[in-house]
Amino acid sequence: MNIHWQSFSDFLAMGGYGLYVWGSFGVTALILALEPMLAVRRRNQLIARLKRQLRAETKSAGERRTPPTPNHPQ
Amino acid sequence: MNNRLINWFKYASPQSFYPLAGKLIPWFAAAAVVFGAAGLWLGLAVAPTDFQQGEGYRIIFVHVPASWMSMFIYLVMAFWAGLGLAYNTRLSGMMAQALAPTGALMAFLSLWTGALWGKPMWGTWWVWDARLTSELILLFLYIGFIALQASIDDPRRADKAGAVLALVGVVNIPIIYFSVKWWNTLHQGSSVSLTKSPSMAALMLWGMLLMALAFWMYSIAVALYRVRGIMLERERGSEWVKGVLQAEGTK
Amino acid sequence: MIGMVGAITARDLRLAMRRQADIVSVLFFFIIVASLFPLGVGPEPDLLRKLAPGVLWVGALLATMLSLPRLFADDYRDGTLEQLVLAPQPLGLTVLGKVLAHWLVSGLPLALLAPVLGIQFDLAGDALLVLTVSLLIGTPALSGIGAIGAALTLGLRGGGVLVSLLVLPLYIPVLIFGAGAVDATVTGLGAEAHLSILGALAIAGVFFAPWATAAALRISLE
Repeated sequence: MNIHWQSFSDFLAMGGYGLYVWGSFGVTALILALEPMLAVRRRNQLIARLKRQLRAETKSAGERRTPPTPNHPQ
Repeated sequence: MNNRLINWFKYASPQSFYPLAGKLIPWFAAAAVVFGAAGLWLGLAVAPTDFQQGEGYRIIFVHVPASWMSMFIYLVMAFWAGLGLAYNTRLSGMMAQALAPTGALMAFLSLWTGALWGKPMWGTWWVWDARLTSELILLFLYIGFIALQASIDDPRRADKAGAVLALVGVVNIPIIYFSVKWWNTLHQGSSVSLTKSPSMAALMLWGMLLMALAFWMYSIAVALYRVRGIMLERERGSEWVKGVLQAEGTK
Repeated sequence: MIGMVGAITARDLRLAMRRQADIVSVLFFFIIVASLFPLGVGPEPDLLRKLAPGVLWVGALLATMLSLPRLFADDYRDGTLEQLVLAPQPLGLTVLGKVLAHWLVSGLPLALLAPVLGIQFDLAGDALLVLTVSLLIGTPALSGIGAIGAALTLGLRGGGVLVSLLVLPLYIPVLIFGAGAVDATVTGLGAEAHLSILGALAIAGVFFAPWATAAALRISLE
């Protein structure tokens, strides 16, 4: 399992195909990194929204017992 | 046999699938990273130069896995969709919905890397070759599926309508592939075809398989992650979702 | 069974005749699209002859697609569709009747109009004939496949654009063999192979699509 490349600049140049090879790997890496990040963000927003709804529900259910407090975002 | 059946149905309910998926995701994600690192090492650092295509062939290590996944995910999506239509299980539609964006991205990646491979090898970004054209149509089918589901508010109807579309698409994919193939070869002998890949050295093959495994694990991890979100959204108001939300707050 | 399909077809035809403007506007759309191409690419007869099969077929495809929302929308609005779904007759046959009616008011006139437009593109006599025949064979498949899309998007916002997104990718085989038949005639090859595949697609489309459409209608009306 010898490393195929003589030097790092060799590796970057990819025998003249650098633009195409790195263009492919780069965009693939970008998308495979962006998709999970967007998924995580979406999920966090969803959980925040659902929690707000839940709190609003429990508040309206127990309104007589506890005085309403100002709703501050977290 | 009977026991296994009962187990399956146990996990077919979102309530019990949610924690199971949560436990599985880190494993699939870790597997994706490990396979990906190994595949990249083999593919980019160790694998020898191809005698015909020079170093440019290395695009194969992302192109082929992305193409495989784009087709495979569509089949899995249609499978879940069909299951949902036949047995009316809640989970199936959610799975299909969770898979679609990843599948569409894979189809896009396949086209993108294919274009970047085609430019130096064939001298053009795009050829109306049967494979390229059907991959493009596959992307259209994904987009249609996502758009249809996005425009239906009622999740049950969205699931079922999406399922019908996914199944019609599955029937059509072979027809589309062969029609496009015939369409091209009638005009001119197809000068380029990805099937004519050079006889690959064992190292290249291993690199490609490892990358394919990495893409596979990645897709499973992302789909499971997404399906968990869909579950929470659809089952909001139920007791188990309230429990999950409270547990999330303590973290 | 045939009588029932015929009754549905006759009913839809009567309804369509009351709204002839819809039919005519689809035909005019086809004429305008086909006329725009020579204005866009220039008047050289050789180029136009080469473009004609594709342009006319794509035009017919788009015109068919424009008329798709009409397929179920009226019946959906006045509640007839709900009764048809609940009726004891198999829904697939009802849909088949509606698909036939749709073809008679969209595909058939488009096919008959196409040779006139073909003359604008300097097509020869045999190519005009094959163009008409290919449209006659292929447009039933377009109506059938389109019905699935129309049923899936019934009552949705943005239904018109959505229908095209769902249906156009599925139309591609029909387009390929339809335009291919004309192209083969223009270049001197026989069109039989294309036409027979087109026929197979049409038969499959007309016989299987109504059942998928029926499933989609049940989902949309739930």
